[in-house]
Amino acid sequence: MDDVSFGVARGEVAALLGPNGSGKSTVMRIITGYFSPTAGRVRVGGVDVAEQSAEARSRIGYLPEQVALYPELSVRRYLAFVAEVKGMPARPRRTAVGEVIDRCGLADVADRLTGTLSKGYRQRVGLAQALVGDPEVLVLDEPTVGLDPVQTVDMRALVRGLTGRTVLLSTHILSEASALCTKIIILVRGRLVAEDSPDGLARRLARATRLLVRVEGPADAVRDCLADLPGVMAVEPLLDDGQPGTFAVVAPDPEPVQRALAAAVVARGWTLLEVRATTPTLEDLFVRLVAAPDEPRVAAGR
Amino acid sequence: MRSFIALFRKELRSYFGSPTVYLVAAAFLAYTGYYFHSDLVYFVTFGFGINIMENFWQLLFIDIRLVLIFAVPLLTMRLLAEERRLGTLELLLTYPLRDGAIVAAKLGACLVVVVTLLGGTLVYPAWVYAIQPFPLMPLVAGYVGLVLFAALCTSYGLFISSLTESQVLAGFLTALPLLLLWLLSWNEAASAGASLPLVRAVSLFNHFQPFSVGMIELRDVFYFVFAASMFVWGTLRVLEARQWLGRR
Repeated sequence: MDDVSFGVARGEVAALLGPNGSGKSTVMRIITGYFSPTAGRVRVGGVDVAEQSAEARSRIGYLPEQVALYPELSVRRYLAFVAEVKGMPARPRRTAVGEVIDRCGLADVADRLTGTLSKGYRQRVGLAQALVGDPEVLVLDEPTVGLDPVQTVDMRALVRGLTGRTVLLSTHILSEASALCTKIIILVRGRLVAEDSPDGLARRLARATRLLVRVEGPADAVRDCLADLPGVMAVEPLLDDGQPGTFAVVAPDPEPVQRALAAAVVARGWTLLEVRATTPTLEDLFVRLVAAPDEPRVAAGR
Repeated sequence: MRSFIALFRKELRSYFGSPTVYLVAAAFLAYTGYYFHSDLVYFVTFGFGINIMENFWQLLFIDIRLVLIFAVPLLTMRLLAEERRLGTLELLLTYPLRDGAIVAAKLGACLVVVVTLLGGTLVYPAWVYAIQPFPLMPLVAGYVGLVLFAALCTSYGLFISSLTESQVLAGFLTALPLLLLWLLSWNEAASAGASLPLVRAVSLFNHFQPFSVGMIELRDVFYFVFAASMFVWGTLRVLEARQWLGRR
């Protein structure tokens, strides 16, 4: 990790977004006090995680990426154990366990051994143990990873139902982050490259829309011609795919550019071989953000 | 404190909920029972029924101690290695409790099991006492020694278990040095020479010797308590090491 600073306001649902190995889990482990940072600090509700570790940890519910359960305990007994370890007295413990079982849809499997549960249920038990004790802050590491589509929808609905709590979840799926969260924090290779609302990110993505254009004609003249078209932000020759005369045209609104482009090429007597709009992927966004964090420029590539 | 009780109860439940502890207990009682029988026959046949302390109790305690060397690693090997392998340790360490509560609960639960095993062997002296009453204090000393010895082995086993994810490896690494120390105590005078005083000072078995003949010496008690605390301290440091090693 290198110089990652961000804040999540009370009641906000934020996503840590990044490809695998970008440091999402490490950030979460530092927040939960499992790792200590070599530099910097984490405060949860104003409590420093390093200095008042137990106090900070009591405010956090944590769902690790690999939900680890004790296979010999039943769901109910496991949750009661977690509640007790978290320091809840006996009487509220019983009602608290009942509540999280209902809330996470575990009533049907409450008396089964956790070792016999399917991945979807294990994930729910993982969420339930994070919710036990009603922590203000929830840290959920890849809550939907490895689930089938139905389970994923269920899990997202559960996370959406956590209103009122501060939630930090990690994911590598952009659509998931934008569907669930009001804030998205993007990490790439241990560095924070963007911190924005889903709308703001969508705008950035739109700016990354490109046209792949292949034209038969004098390369420099074609390039200048393309760059002069209205609505075009940048033109880059693509040399690496072995097709001479291919250019990447950056245009936030591709359709009018596409029309004007065809007309202009034909008018000059060149041959238009290919025009293709490429939808930017999350990966493109990552690549772009890593290359130049604040510029709406497309990094050379595909 | 509440966290400790929760963990302690869960540990006991996993011990008594798994077949391992019953198998170990059965083997432990079978072996110690065998030793009791053969030591008693030896005492009657060759000890001529005189000096019961040296010719019977001492042998029995030393034999029980030997069986402990095999039994304790089987009980300690899963303590932290299993949590590490399952990944439950990570979650446990993010709950609002001290590392010390985890270590104390694990050590405590394992000691309860070991002391229960030792308690099972009380049947043998009780049976002898019913036939021929004898002074009880040497017996008490012997059992104090056994409990202290078991506590040291248990905390050593806990420490080893904290180092690895593999229960088998933890079991081996716990049993092997104990066996080696036991072998050393056989003929250290012949093999050690100049290093004899050192071997004698650190040897588990020389410190156990006085207990087996009915003597509780403070320096021996101190030796066991100190060595056990060192391993508990070591276990705590290993748990802490996640912070800078960056591993589970």
